[in-house]
Amino acid sequence: MVFDRKMSDFVSPARKHDLKTSILQGLSAAWPICLGYIPIGLAFGVLAQKAGLFPMEIMLMSILVFAGSSQFIAVSMLSTGAGAVSIIITTFAVNLRHLLMSSSLAVFLGNTSRKKLSLFAYGVTDESFAVNHTRFSRNNWSLDQALVVNHTANIAWVVSSVIGGYSGQFIHEGAFGIDYALTAMFICLLIFQLKGRFYVITAGIAGVMSVVLSLIIPGSSYIVLASIFGATTVLGIKKWMLR
Amino acid sequence: MDVTIIHQKVVWVILGMGIVTYVPRWFPLVLLSRRNLPQWLVEWLDLIPAAILSALLLPELVTNGMPRHMSLWQPELWVAIPTFIFALKTKSLGGTVVIGMALFWLAQSII
Repeated sequence: MVFDRKMSDFVSPARKHDLKTSILQGLSAAWPICLGYIPIGLAFGVLAQKAGLFPMEIMLMSILVFAGSSQFIAVSMLSTGAGAVSIIITTFAVNLRHLLMSSSLAVFLGNTSRKKLSLFAYGVTDESFAVNHTRFSRNNWSLDQALVVNHTANIAWVVSSVIGGYSGQFIHEGAFGIDYALTAMFICLLIFQLKGRFYVITAGIAGVMSVVLSLIIPGSSYIVLASIFGATTVLGIKKWMLR
Repeated sequence: MDVTIIHQKVVWVILGMGIVTYVPRWFPLVLLSRRNLPQWLVEWLDLIPAAILSALLLPELVTNGMPRHMSLWQPELWVAIPTFIFALKTKSLGGTVVIGMALFWLAQSII
């Protein structure tokens, strides 16, 4: 492009191209996540506002926590007058699954500066994790693109939750099937992860276990327990078969 | 409306939530990315995404309510089948989200 000519005096063309491509690739990977976050962010904002939170607090929570389900839970606990400590402990339990996700992502991120990793850690959510992990494991993804995914999703989350907080009920419940956006996303992301029979067996065991545990344990610890159980069982089967 | 007003308790809660959410996201990344992990751990971590996505998804499809109970006759489950087939055929994340939403919307308006 003609107007690029002057900039290239200052930035090497290869680097500039890399950055531009990274941003574009990151954005094209991030838009389905945003599509899922916008309605949920709006809904969160509405709920938080009804629970008595000010717009500033809604923004602060979406920026500092950036974890949807725990934010919903915290807001409903706040509205019932729960204590600060019990809300924080609940948040910790609900978000502990990110420990597994970050561990799983760490495998691809050797030789990266601690600063960049710390920034990347901020944006690890169920959705960004799955999108980034799929692409990292295909060997065509770098931390820069992953950061674009995380932060684009973050912006969508923060902005939509604040708009929700200002606007009250904005989109009526269930419109356009928005409640199903994240579920549909998980279906596709799961398919990306089914790379062979061991992965299918893992998903099967973890899924069934998760349903069973979700019925008998209150709270959301069933996700972590079922995941660990599924992965460990299949690793055991794999080792036993290869003995 | 003054947008700068805040409750003191809420701010403490948010700060606490932020810390306990960030640390589990951060710790494994800085701890594990710089060392050579044993082979079994790498294999185990490789199975985690399939496990976790399935563990997140399946209860959404077949359970409902609070406390949760089995609920097989709900659009969440039945819409998942064509959505799954679409995702399997196209491998398109954006397309799957749009199709899933459309089918769910349709299913809800029928029911």
